[in-house]
Amino acid sequence: MIKIAFPHMGDYHIPANYLLSHIFPNTIVIKAPKITSKTIELGTKHSPEFVCTPFKYTLGTMIECLDEGANILIQMGGGCRYGYYAELQEKILKDLDYNCKVINLVTEGQTNIKRINNLLKQIDPKYSKIKALYYGFITLKMVKYMDKIDDYIRENIGFELTVGSFESLKEEMLITFSHVKSYKELYRAYKRYLKKFHNIKVHKPDNRLKIGIIGELYTIMEPFSNYYLEKELAKHHIEIKRFTNVHYLLFEKAHKYKKYKKYSKEYFTYNMGADASDNIARSKYLCEHNYDGIIHIKSSFCTPEIGAMPIINKIASFYHKPVLFFSFDSATSETGINTRLEAFYDMLEMRKDK
Amino acid sequence: MRVGIPRSLFYYYYGDIWKNFFDSLNISYIESPKTNQEIIDRGIKMANDEMCLSLKNYLGHIDYLKDKCDYILVPRISNFKNSNQTCTNFWAAYDIVKNLFPVNILHYNIDLEKGQTLKKGLYKIGKELNKNHHEIYKAYKYAITREKKRIKKNHIINLNKLKVNKTKILIVGHPYNLYDEMIGKDIIKYLIKNNIEVIYSDKFDSKITNPLSKKLSKDLYFKYSKDNLGSIIYCKNNIDGVIFISAFPCAPDSLANELAMRKLQIPHLNLVIDDSTSFTGLETRLESFLDMLGGSLND
Repeated sequence: MIKIAFPHMGDYHIPANYLLSHIFPNTIVIKAPKITSKTIELGTKHSPEFVCTPFKYTLGTMIECLDEGANILIQMGGGCRYGYYAELQEKILKDLDYNCKVINLVTEGQTNIKRINNLLKQIDPKYSKIKALYYGFITLKMVKYMDKIDDYIRENIGFELTVGSFESLKEEMLITFSHVKSYKELYRAYKRYLKKFHNIKVHKPDNRLKIGIIGELYTIMEPFSNYYLEKELAKHHIEIKRFTNVHYLLFEKAHKYKKYKKYSKEYFTYNMGADASDNIARSKYLCEHNYDGIIHIKSSFCTPEIGAMPIINKIASFYHKPVLFFSFDSATSETGINTRLEAFYDMLEMRKDK
Repeated sequence: MRVGIPRSLFYYYYGDIWKNFFDSLNISYIESPKTNQEIIDRGIKMANDEMCLSLKNYLGHIDYLKDKCDYILVPRISNFKNSNQTCTNFWAAYDIVKNLFPVNILHYNIDLEKGQTLKKGLYKIGKELNKNHHEIYKAYKYAITREKKRIKKNHIINLNKLKVNKTKILIVGHPYNLYDEMIGKDIIKYLIKNNIEVIYSDKFDSKITNPLSKKLSKDLYFKYSKDNLGSIIYCKNNIDGVIFISAFPCAPDSLANELAMRKLQIPHLNLVIDDSTSFTGLETRLESFLDMLGGSLND
């Protein structure tokens, strides 16, 4: 019996689960257990010492999934060393006496349909390609709608009148999304919920604080790895702008890069790897569009972002905007983060009052 | 007019080509001195504290050169086609330097996937220095033939070392770490002092070692790590031990070396060098490693 599992990243386990369970009806898709501090401990114990943190998170989740009986694991890759995780993780898991296979969908930041086809054949040689295309299309649309709704939530969640109304509605929406049968149904559900979200009453003062969050893709999208930073900001009634999401990575990154390059050509000439050059352009955008501050988050030892940090600093000091750098590790303490965040928030308030 | 060549990172791959190229074009150049504590300190001051030691070092060299020359040579190297990327620090080095230092930069881009070759790069530099096409062509040819000879010679020297009847240790690491005075030089000196035949992983011909890395790792796409792992496969039957040297926190090494260590059957030692690493600590580890090798040799 084939049991598939994949590491967590935000809420994206819902579309991924949807896709896999429809393409491979004869297999079981295991929902990975929620990331806890135990997961991280497990991952850190078996990882090389100075690898970046997503490696530890995903490895920990993989071990927990294997304990639940999974035998095929799916790993995504990125443009930096993320693309090389899968091979080493497979070796580490084999050394731990697990019998499993790790499938890496993206390597060197690139992938194509032929490669994905070959990889899917390893799971089930007789899978239906037409079904895969159809449900793949629905999944991509689902990701797009989720990201759109998330953007709206991020802008408004700090100002809701009844606390928790956005979150409960979002949970409801995700459950509805995971049960749709056709694209039409998905689209209708999306429209319905979009209306519902717009109907939630918010009170947005004119002098509200606006913050842009930029940084490394895994840390920014997995709330556990950034210690629920967005929630913490929402508690302080701050409007949040975030650029990176899966829809951006899949469809917009390639053509937006050219725009970004033109927009901030005085700061970078070449692609600096992964999201580094995007983040430089975004920080310029945030500075020019009246945002009050920038928060840059990354996992520790993320090489491309480290390269971008001095340049982001330069941009921020040119426009006289405050910028806060967070580097999250498996050993970061939550209290330390909250203290720094509160100090940053107080500073923004004081600047605003001037 | 003087061109500054920082003696770090790219220098250890392209230094000879640059020097021959500039010699042939009659352009004067200045190399930064061998790394010393002052240069490292300068680098740490300029750099972000999470940057890898080699990059800090590089920034230190540029800081040293910034008021001693008219141009500083900072290339950008991205990939060599066929899954041969470099580390993202090599991609970003030019932009980081451009933003941190107010200096004139002489630069070129190597990106074989987009058709940017070394030849085009050197032509671009030559034109920026007001040399005509014919002069550049001659200088380029001169530099490249010299470089090919050097690679061949190094390869043969390394092969001869493999036949010597002494304890042989393969040093695996990037040349900008191995030959740097503050990073790897002390380790190599210590080994040579103890009558060990030292074989360098980077001095093999990468055309031979690069494809061999497939035997250790199928998916690896970092060119310099591939060369290193390939060299282990290439000479694994003729050596007694492997020492991995990497700078903290090197991105490709953290994964590739770990994989190699998990798959290797030969005795190995992993040394990670930080800006606060003292040689005394390393010496103890090296000593016990050599003791262990000696033990297994006598059995």
